Amino acid sequence: MTQSTTPGVLLEVREASRSFGHVRALDSVSLTIAENEFFALLGPSGCGKTTLLRSIAGFEHPDSGAILLGGRDLLALPPNKRPVNLMFQSYALFPHLSVASNVAYGLKREKLPKAEVTQRVAEVLDTVGLQTMADRRPAQLSGGQRQRVALARAIVKRPRLLLLDEPLSALDRKVRAEMQLELKRLQHEVGITFVVVTHDQEEAMSMADRIAVLAEGRVQQVASPLELYRHPANLFVADFIGTSNLLAGPSDRERLMVRPEDARLVTPGEGTLSGTVLDTQFQGGTSTVAVEVSTLAKPFLVCEPGATAAVRGTEVGLVWDHSVVVGEGLA
Amino acid sequence: MPTRSHGGLGARLRRGVEPAVLLGPGLLFYAVLVGVPVGLVTGYMFARRGRFGGVEWELSLDNFSRVTDSVYLEVFRESLGLALVATVISLAIGYPTAYAIAKLPPRWRTVALVLVVVPFWTNFLIRVYAWIVLLNSQGVLNDVLVGLGVVDERFTLLYTPGAVVVGLVYSYLPLMILPLYAAIEKIDDELLEASTDLGAGRVRTFLGVQLPLTLPGVVTGSILVFVPSLGNFVVPELLGGGKTVMVGNLIRDQFLKAQDWPFGSVLAMMVVVLLVLLFLGQAWVTRRVEGGARA
Repeated sequence: MTQSTTPGVLLEVREASRSFGHVRALDSVSLTIAENEFFALLGPSGCGKTTLLRSIAGFEHPDSGAILLGGRDLLALPPNKRPVNLMFQSYALFPHLSVASNVAYGLKREKLPKAEVTQRVAEVLDTVGLQTMADRRPAQLSGGQRQRVALARAIVKRPRLLLLDEPLSALDRKVRAEMQLELKRLQHEVGITFVVVTHDQEEAMSMADRIAVLAEGRVQQVASPLELYRHPANLFVADFIGTSNLLAGPSDRERLMVRPEDARLVTPGEGTLSGTVLDTQFQGGTSTVAVEVSTLAKPFLVCEPGATAAVRGTEVGLVWDHSVVVGEGLA
Repeated sequence: MPTRSHGGLGARLRRGVEPAVLLGPGLLFYAVLVGVPVGLVTGYMFARRGRFGGVEWELSLDNFSRVTDSVYLEVFRESLGLALVATVISLAIGYPTAYAIAKLPPRWRTVALVLVVVPFWTNFLIRVYAWIVLLNSQGVLNDVLVGLGVVDERFTLLYTPGAVVVGLVYSYLPLMILPLYAAIEKIDDELLEASTDLGAGRVRTFLGVQLPLTLPGVVTGSILVFVPSLGNFVVPELLGGGKTVMVGNLIRDQFLKAQDWPFGSVLAMMVVVLLVLLFLGQAWVTRRVEGGARA
């Protein structure tokens, strides 16, 4: 088999499709992921992101299409022979084994010398900050610690690609923020390509170099977080990523999108639109002002730095510096 | 002022009474129906045999030394051997069966489990008699094997140790399958996938993850088969033709035929002690596998 792949490309998904009964979990999905990239598959539940992840890991098989890793056909390999590791959403730590034995499990399958296994396990536990927990059982660890074990167990194999299924969803808010930074640091440190599946747009935005937004089994857009935010390909992406005000567009099938931080409040009559202040919310660094506009179904949101001077019930005008035209239909 | 988080006297009383009410009937049941007989049997062990059954309360340790008699040791050895073989065969048949049931769609799982239990709805003796019909030299199994030309001559299956093992396996297999099913069904499929993902093949995943995690079920099932097999005296009598004497037969005979209650008590207590040791072992295995509190 000859498969040509652009240099620098690690993973290539070509028109992968997978149906479960009448549901098309993957509908001709094509993607390329670069060497050393931190890539996110983002979408609501049922969008096909988990099916795609499991197809790369080998626990699902696409009905059609191809998945290549470094130009090599991945679908021909059974899951235990793929140079890819998966960090499960549940972490799937072996409850009967210690932390060290959990981490060593994959290395032992590679028939490495015992000394090397011991050394690599110690190194990776050091990397994730769990060197003192080596002899504990998973049940004796906190959620954040378990996650680190799961991560250590996957990266110790030095896979070419690490898949992470909703890596932060089981953690509470504070630990989650820490782990976001931690994951980025680790990815940089170990130099492994990361593919994260998540339904949380903030998580994807804060960690990933590039994001693929999926809906109904199809890729809606692949772009950097900034690009997705500034120039969403369609209404679905605009709505899914961040907060947006949607106004009537130039045609029936297009809408005008204004981000809350691009809008400002001005004296009534001077703005492009005008309305009544419905509510103000102080969030610390910023304030959000909701303005009721008679021609819009939803309140128009304006994000202002610091505390806002707007008073509930007063008339205001609205202007903005930046707007984008987005199409309505899904890809 | 400190808050009285433990409530008043009434609440404290209720907290004391509630467990007593809930546990009471069970405790009473065990105290009377287990405690008293075990106490009696313990007492008998140190007494002399009465002439027509019963005991004479005269301190004696003779009953213990008799156990070491080679005749009785042989019975113990043979019983342990047969019970062990029956347990191993039950495990070999039961594990794949339990595994297959656990992987069925939920609706069929229930059906399969009911089918496993169905034999219990028929009287035990009748089921053992049925094996006589199947195994005897004029029986169904011989008919089939001769008819198919697998063997030339009718042969004896009945009244052999083999027939006893068949009977024991048949009788107690469901007690192996049920705890194994419970253990296998409980395993998160993601653990098996994780093993595969980390590079393990099917055999390695079975030995490294599936088997250790189902070990409590294996041990429980094995005890549930081993213990009643060891103490069984109906199967050896009916299918072994009385030629195979197991501990169960021996104990029964001491009480009902030889009228030697003290010696019967010593034999019975040996089985009880063995049982307790087995259950301690099981508890130890379970604790080790589950590693304290579950996640």
